Amino acid sequence: MSLENFLIMRHELFLMAAALLVLMAEIFTHPDRKMKIANFSVILLAIIAIAGFIPGASGTLFGGMYETSGTRILMKNILNIGALLVFIQSVTWLKKEENAEKISEYFILLISTLVGMNFMISSGHFLMFYIGLELATIPIAALSAYDRYRNQSAEAGIKLILSSALSSGILLYGLSMIYGTTGTFYFHEVASHMTGSNLQILAFIFFFAGMAFKISIVPFHLWTADVYEGSPVNITSYLSVISKGAAIFILIIILFTVFPVILATWQKTIYVTSVLTMTIGNLFAIRQQNLKRFLAFSSISQAGYILLGFIGGNQLGMASVIYYILVYIFSNLGAFGVVIAISNASGKENINEYNGLYHTNPGLSLIMTLSLFSLAGIPPVAGFFGKFFLFTAAAEKGFYLLVFIAVVNTIISLYYYLLIVKAMFINKNEMAIEKFKSDFLTKFALAICVAGIAATGFASIIFEAIRNLSFGV
Amino acid sequence: MDILTLFVVIPFLTITGILFLNDTRQVRLVAAFGMGIQLIMAGVLVFLYLSARHAGNTDEMLFIRDHLWFSSLNIHYTVGVDGISVAMIALTSLVVFAGIFASWEVDFLTKEFFVSLILLASGVFGFFISIDLFTIFLFYELAVIPMYLLIGIWGTGPKEYSAMKLTLMLMGGSAFILVGLLGIYFNSAPDGGRLSFNILEISKVNIPIAAQRIFFPLTFIGFGVLGALFPFHTWSPDGHASAPTAVSMLHAGVLMKLGGYGAFRVAIFLMPQAAHQLSWIFIILTSISVVYGAFGAIVQKDLKYINAYSSVSHCGLVLFAVLMMNQTAMNGAIIQMISHGLMTALFFALIGMLYGRTHTRMINEMGGLMKIIPFLSVCYVIAGLASLGLPGLSGFVAEMTIFVGAFQHPELFYRVVTIMAVSSIVITAVYILRVVAILLLGPTTNEHHEHLTDAKWFEKVSVITLISSVAAIGLAPYWLSSMIRVSLHPIVEKIIAISPF
Repeated sequence: MSLENFLIMRHELFLMAAALLVLMAEIFTHPDRKMKIANFSVILLAIIAIAGFIPGASGTLFGGMYETSGTRILMKNILNIGALLVFIQSVTWLKKEENAEKISEYFILLISTLVGMNFMISSGHFLMFYIGLELATIPIAALSAYDRYRNQSAEAGIKLILSSALSSGILLYGLSMIYGTTGTFYFHEVASHMTGSNLQILAFIFFFAGMAFKISIVPFHLWTADVYEGSPVNITSYLSVISKGAAIFILIIILFTVFPVILATWQKTIYVTSVLTMTIGNLFAIRQQNLKRFLAFSSISQAGYILLGFIGGNQLGMASVIYYILVYIFSNLGAFGVVIAISNASGKENINEYNGLYHTNPGLSLIMTLSLFSLAGIPPVAGFFGKFFLFTAAAEKGFYLLVFIAVVNTIISLYYYLLIVKAMFINKNEMAIEKFKSDFLTKFALAICVAGIAATGFASIIFEAIRNLSFGV
Repeated sequence: MDILTLFVVIPFLTITGILFLNDTRQVRLVAAFGMGIQLIMAGVLVFLYLSARHAGNTDEMLFIRDHLWFSSLNIHYTVGVDGISVAMIALTSLVVFAGIFASWEVDFLTKEFFVSLILLASGVFGFFISIDLFTIFLFYELAVIPMYLLIGIWGTGPKEYSAMKLTLMLMGGSAFILVGLLGIYFNSAPDGGRLSFNILEISKVNIPIAAQRIFFPLTFIGFGVLGALFPFHTWSPDGHASAPTAVSMLHAGVLMKLGGYGAFRVAIFLMPQAAHQLSWIFIILTSISVVYGAFGAIVQKDLKYINAYSSVSHCGLVLFAVLMMNQTAMNGAIIQMISHGLMTALFFALIGMLYGRTHTRMINEMGGLMKIIPFLSVCYVIAGLASLGLPGLSGFVAEMTIFVGAFQHPELFYRVVTIMAVSSIVITAVYILRVVAILLLGPTTNEHHEHLTDAKWFEKVSVITLISSVAAIGLAPYWLSSMIRVSLHPIVEKIIAISPF
């Protein structure tokens, strides 16, 4: 193990070191001053997130099982930014009495999932991929059940772990068929031994089904609403953004590097699932009253749009997917940030409790509006650019009908996003949520989200940098 | 900073200025000042444009500025104007200026109202100066979304319903436009070379006819939704009726012209062959718009609904003329866009002023107002005469040019639809004169209205600005129509190559 090899694995090693440091901080902190651990973890992750951007070596390790490249490092950095925002937003929630005993557990488990996601993204071998996937999933199930005083939280945890286990089983079955037909698990070797035989197509279907669960694609989305509603709201935001983003990243890498031979098959699969996902996600979101469920269904339909970037198998497609995840992180965490702030201050989570919010808390209303417009794809915020590039990527390969369906779904989604805007700005309410001041960290996280939403679209340098690191089939 | 980008920068500076103020009086003054500067800038632009043309500049577009934005997709921020754009910019600045004064007395969340209004205006200005398809689309959507808040918060009647319907239908139109734009983009280099979003570059290329036949209807319908193409016009009556005064002025006066301008500049300019082949379908739809809109206006009892259906009819006429695809008709279409824009803004302003005094918009509840508020009544009569096409006012110039141009086609189909469309003049006269008679002339019918005050100074500013423009175009249209005719040369050349009429 030379220094060079350590540096290649620097993202994962830093995160593991961070987890150990938090564990040690737990041991050495006085029980009355546990909040320091929260601030400490945030600072650690901030350092890691910034350090991730420093250019360094990339290559393969462990005989090809672990592989990094510019693309994968970019993906890890994007996830780090999102995780940092979730961490910052969690601190206020952790100040509450019922959470104060488990602060370090919270951060250690989250950092563990990040480690798992990083390994998963850097995999060059299906076993490494699976280990990373499991490491990314299991701690989150524990975190979903974090809230001891609500039955729904325990229910969410159980639903998540059982569904994850089932989907992992299906995924493994598919992987076993891949091994059976090609005799190897290394990505590049599997790609060269792919013939497109029926058994391999079946293997792909099982693999895709397992991954589809993670990304909440219809018809594998049934766990999403209940788990998102039951989990503590910070974990919901983490699941909807980081967990989903990591799975999407590795899926696009595997599809483009391992399965290009059966391009036609997975294009058909993605076409159908994309249309189903967008439509059903949108239709179900219209009826939701609880904001967490609402954002759950909204994020299901967002996954449908992201699939449009997959379908062309082109460089623009991968660039638009990575770019959209970045924009989606800022937009969704902006919306969740407002929900978290209001939930911390007043405990209210229903859309009709948000009536008249503009008159009491104009700043939060505006941030929520900006985030919702970004999710809906309205200019001039970044979501518009993200959606435009996704549609362009699909249109480049001639999928105009799919683009049309996607744009119609965007209009439907605009309807339910406007319902929240209507509640905040137009509806009257004598008992509106009272004016409150958020603490510095909440404001800081929301400011970063707003800056991200506003600037990521216009600053073309971000998209161009992402595109330079992308590759097609 | 080039002169064209100023048209987007000045509104943003005005918005920033307003955001820092808290006093309502100051907010209004800053808004009026900002849009006043915009109006002066528009005048300066017209002057600069005409002198450039006079000096012999025959470029297709003038004052072009180009900044590369996303190099991988060849998206640029490109701005440029020709005579038609200049005319539309002048129209917009007039209507926005008049609109600010018409909403002088908004007292609920005044700051937010003016911010949203000027944001909408900036989207419209950006639309008219852009010649890159991506930037045009960005400004188009930017212009639509403030409507939801403007109608939903400050509107009257079923405002939430109207606002949601309007926003969703207009965004539906932009769905069609987006697919059309992507189709145009990916077919913009059929002989190799870089794909481009630039309108001028695409117009020099022949997009394959198979692609044109798919994407022309999509783009035309997309812009047609905003331009009140039957049967996609249904957002318009409720939307206009529920909107506050300045928003209706801006919407009917300017936003609906985005549809006509887009249909002309993007759909027909870039895909003329398909436009020629498929125009008959849309000509039928637009003539239905013209006649149906006029008939719809006859049966309405609410002033705003009458004006909304009248706008459907007149904007339908714009699309009708653009589809005729010859120089005279297209010239008429542009003049009609400007004339109707000014005229309908004037109408909505007057209706708003009447409503502010009588608190009703139903015609049968008002009567004999000419004796009580003579200034406003006379202005209303002038507006009505402009709408029905009295010579001396701009409506006549526009409609005559359109019908002469449309009739130039020798085939029976074109002549029949032209005659059908001409019948709308009579129907328009019916509803206009009927309203004038019931509302303004004759004895006073409602004693509550006997002590109404006449126009205040800011209302007079608003109304006189618009009337003088309408009269100027009506009495001396040559400067406008020659400016437009010169700019129509590129598209006319393309069309003549396809068919001589």
